[in-house]
Amino acid sequence: MILNNPATFLSINPSSFGKLSSTSFRMTTAAINAMKSLSVSTNLMHFPAKTSSKLALPQTQQISRQSLHKNVLNFHLSTPRNNRISTYSVPNPPRAVASQSYDALTEPNKKIFHGKCFVVDDNIDTDQIIPAEYLTLVPSKPDEYEKLGSYAMIGLNAKYGRFIEDDQIKTQYPIVIAGANFGCGSSREHAPVALGAAGVKAVVAEYYARIFFRNSVATGEIYPLESECRVCDECKTGDIVTVEIEGNKLINHTTGKEYVLKPIGDAGPVIDAGGIFEYARRTGMIAAPSS
Amino acid sequence: MASPATARAPSISHLLKYKNGIHYDATGLTPLNSKATAAWKTQKRTTKFVAAVMAPPQPQQRSPASTGSVKHAMTMTEKILARAAEKSQVNPGENVWVKVDNLMTHDVCGPGTIGIFKKEFGSQAKVWDREKIVIIPDHYIFTSDERANRNVDIIRDFALEQNIKYFYDITDRSDFRANPDYKGVCHIALAQEGHCRPGEVLFGTDSHTCNAGAFGQFASGIGNTDAGFIMGTGKLLIKVPATLRFVMDGEMPHFLLAKDLILQIIGEITVSGGTYRAMEFSGSTVKSLTMEDRMTLCNMVVEAGGKNGVVAADQTTFDYLEGKTSSSFEALYSDEAARYLQEYRFDVSKLEPLVAKPHSPDNRALARECRHIKIDRVYIGSCTGGKTEDFMAAAKILISAGQKVKVPTFLVPATQKVWMDLYTLPVPGGNGKTCAQIFEEAGCDTPASPNCGACLGGPRDTYARMNVPQVCVSTTNRNFPGRMGHKEGQIYLASPYTAAASALTGFVTDPRDFL
Repeated sequence: MILNNPATFLSINPSSFGKLSSTSFRMTTAAINAMKSLSVSTNLMHFPAKTSSKLALPQTQQISRQSLHKNVLNFHLSTPRNNRISTYSVPNPPRAVASQSYDALTEPNKKIFHGKCFVVDDNIDTDQIIPAEYLTLVPSKPDEYEKLGSYAMIGLNAKYGRFIEDDQIKTQYPIVIAGANFGCGSSREHAPVALGAAGVKAVVAEYYARIFFRNSVATGEIYPLESECRVCDECKTGDIVTVEIEGNKLINHTTGKEYVLKPIGDAGPVIDAGGIFEYARRTGMIAAPSS
Repeated sequence: MASPATARAPSISHLLKYKNGIHYDATGLTPLNSKATAAWKTQKRTTKFVAAVMAPPQPQQRSPASTGSVKHAMTMTEKILARAAEKSQVNPGENVWVKVDNLMTHDVCGPGTIGIFKKEFGSQAKVWDREKIVIIPDHYIFTSDERANRNVDIIRDFALEQNIKYFYDITDRSDFRANPDYKGVCHIALAQEGHCRPGEVLFGTDSHTCNAGAFGQFASGIGNTDAGFIMGTGKLLIKVPATLRFVMDGEMPHFLLAKDLILQIIGEITVSGGTYRAMEFSGSTVKSLTMEDRMTLCNMVVEAGGKNGVVAADQTTFDYLEGKTSSSFEALYSDEAARYLQEYRFDVSKLEPLVAKPHSPDNRALARECRHIKIDRVYIGSCTGGKTEDFMAAAKILISAGQKVKVPTFLVPATQKVWMDLYTLPVPGGNGKTCAQIFEEAGCDTPASPNCGACLGGPRDTYARMNVPQVCVSTTNRNFPGRMGHKEGQIYLASPYTAAASALTGFVTDPRDFL
C-alpha cells in the first residue's frame, strides 16, 4: 500500500515497562531497578500523545536500551555475581546499538528493534498464525485485542516451539524470521493484529502474501520486511538479532552475521504513523474523527 | 510437490525458466515447487535469490502526443480499474484510487470493520452509501459460542443504525428456514442475489471475494482496516496488478470439473505464483463453463496468491443475471493487443482428476495415484464446492454406483437456495429423485444448515469440524495444517466427483471408477 507524498513521520509515545522487559534480555534485579528509573525519566520527557499506539516507542526504547546497557555493564563491574560475566545472553553489547548510543537522540527516526528472534519457514498461513476458532475476537475491542495476541502462532506445528509461554500473553520474540509467502491464506486482519498485539515489532521474510502485507501496513501493527536471501535458513529461534528499518539490515549477534533487507519504502511512514488512518490524518488526507 | 511428469500440463515447460538447477516460474522470480526449493537449500548456494515481490515488467510508457496521451491496449482488469479510477489508462504497478461499487462483510470481520469505521470516522458517522454495503452473516452461525452470536448482534445493530439496504439477517438459529432474509455463504449469496455485475469493483473482508470475478468484475479480498476506510469514503488505494493469462481449450472430459482445472493451475504456479497478479481465464473450455463452474475457478485464485480472477462476461453471464439484478452494468473486455505478464495454455482434454494433498493447495497429485490413501470422512460444502451443481455432481456419482458410502459424508449447502435445490430439483439420470433423496439412500449425513461450516474449522461445536486427527477428502479451498480444526488433520482437496467417489470406497478415488 503506497500513498502519495509520503512524509517521514515519527510517532512516539511512552512504552510500558512490561513491554520493554519482555522483549529484552534476562536481567539482574539491579538491572531491572535501573530500568525502572529509566522508565520514570522517560515519562518525564514530553512527547505528543497519540490516540492509538501500535508502534512501540522506538526512540525511548533505544534510549532505554542504551542507558540500560551502560547501567547493566556498570553493575557487572561493581557487583559481580558468582564471577559470571553476562547476565543476559549477549556477552558484548550489540554492535549496532552501542555505536548509536548518542545517535539515537539525534536521529530518532532510525527505528531499531532488538531481541530474540523466532524462526519459521515457508508458507506459514493465516490459520497457523491465528486459527479460525479465535476469530470471534474482535480486534477493535481493546480487551479482545490483547486476547488475540495471546493466541498468536498457536496454530504452528510443535516443531517450531512455543511462541508464547503458557502463563504469558505476550511473546518474548519481538522479531519473527520467515521463509517464502508468509501470511498466505485468509484475508483476516486478525493475523498481523495478533502478532502485533503479542509484541512482535517486525517480521523478516523472504516475501509475503499480498493481503497479509497490505493488512500489516494498513494497521501499522508490524513492519513486514523482506530479506535478500533466505535468512530463515541461517537463524535459529532464540538468536539475538537487531533489525534496523532505516539501515535496511538484520544483524544476528549470536552468529555474527549481517543481512541486507529490502527497503520498506513508502509503507514505512504509514506504519510509523500507526496505520493508514493515522497517516492519512497527519498528512491531511482525511479529517480527524467528528466525535 | 513431487508430481510425476504425466501430471503436468504438457504444453507448459517451455514457458518455465531454469536457473542454477532450479525451476522458476515464468517470471523467473519464484522457485516453482517446494522440491526445487529444498534442492536449492541443500546445495548451499549463496545465492542470487530473487524474491517474488518485484514490479512486473512495465509496458513501455509512451510520451503523450501533442493532442493528448496515447493509449495502449489494456487487459480486462486494467480497464475495470481505469474506469473505477476515472482514468483513461492505467498500467500494472500503478497505485490508483478506485471508486468501490460494493463492499461486502460478514460476521467474523464485520464487527472489527465497524469498530474501525466508528473509531476513525466518528461514532455518529454515516457510511458512504447505504445501498453499496452488503452484510452477510455466514461464518459462525449455528454455534452456541457466545462471542460468535454476539458478533451477529453487532452487525445487526449497525445495519439498523445505518439503514443498510442489504443485510441478510438470522435471528432464529434453531431453524435457518425460519429466517426469510438469511442467505448463507457470502460469496454465493452475492452471486445469487444479483450483487455481482460485470465491469464493477467489489471488495470483501474475505479472501474468497475473488469468487465474483466469474462475472467479469474486479473482486478482491481485504482486511478490516481497508474495509473500514471504504465504509467511510467509498474509495480504496490499490496497485494495478499485472495479469497472468490461462487459456484452456479442448473438450472438457466428462469426469472433470472446474475444481480439477483450478487445482491443475495452482499446482502449476504454486501458492505464491499468482501473488499480486490478476488471473484471467479464457479459451473455449472456459466459455463452455456454467456460472457456478466459473465461480469455482475464480474462487481459488487466492490459493495461488492471486489478487483477483476474471472470466469475460458473455451470454452465459447475462442469462444468469436475468431477473437477479435491476442495476445496469457495462461489461469490459481485454483488448486484443493487451499485454500479459505470462500466458499458460492447457489442453483440457488431456487432464485427469486431481487432488491437493496435505498440507498445501499446490501439493497436486493425480487422484488415481492416491488410491491407497485410506480416508475417514468426506466433506462437501463451502463457497468452493457447496453450490447446487457441486451437489448434483456428487449425486451423479452416487446414482452411478448404487452403493452406500463407506465413511461419514457431510453435506453443507452454501445457501438457503442451494438447500432448497437439493430437496426439489431432480438429478439428471436419477429417475426423478432429488439430491437429498439420493444422498439419504447412499447413507450420507442429512444436508446441514447453510453456512461456511467446517471449511475453516470454526468454534469447537461447528458441525463436521475435525476435532481429532483424521483424513478427509473435501470440496473446500484450503488444506493448511489445522484448517478444518485439528492441527494434525489431513485434508485432500478435490472436486465433488472425486469426493463422492472417495466416500464410496473409503479411499481417495478417481471418479472414473464410477463414471
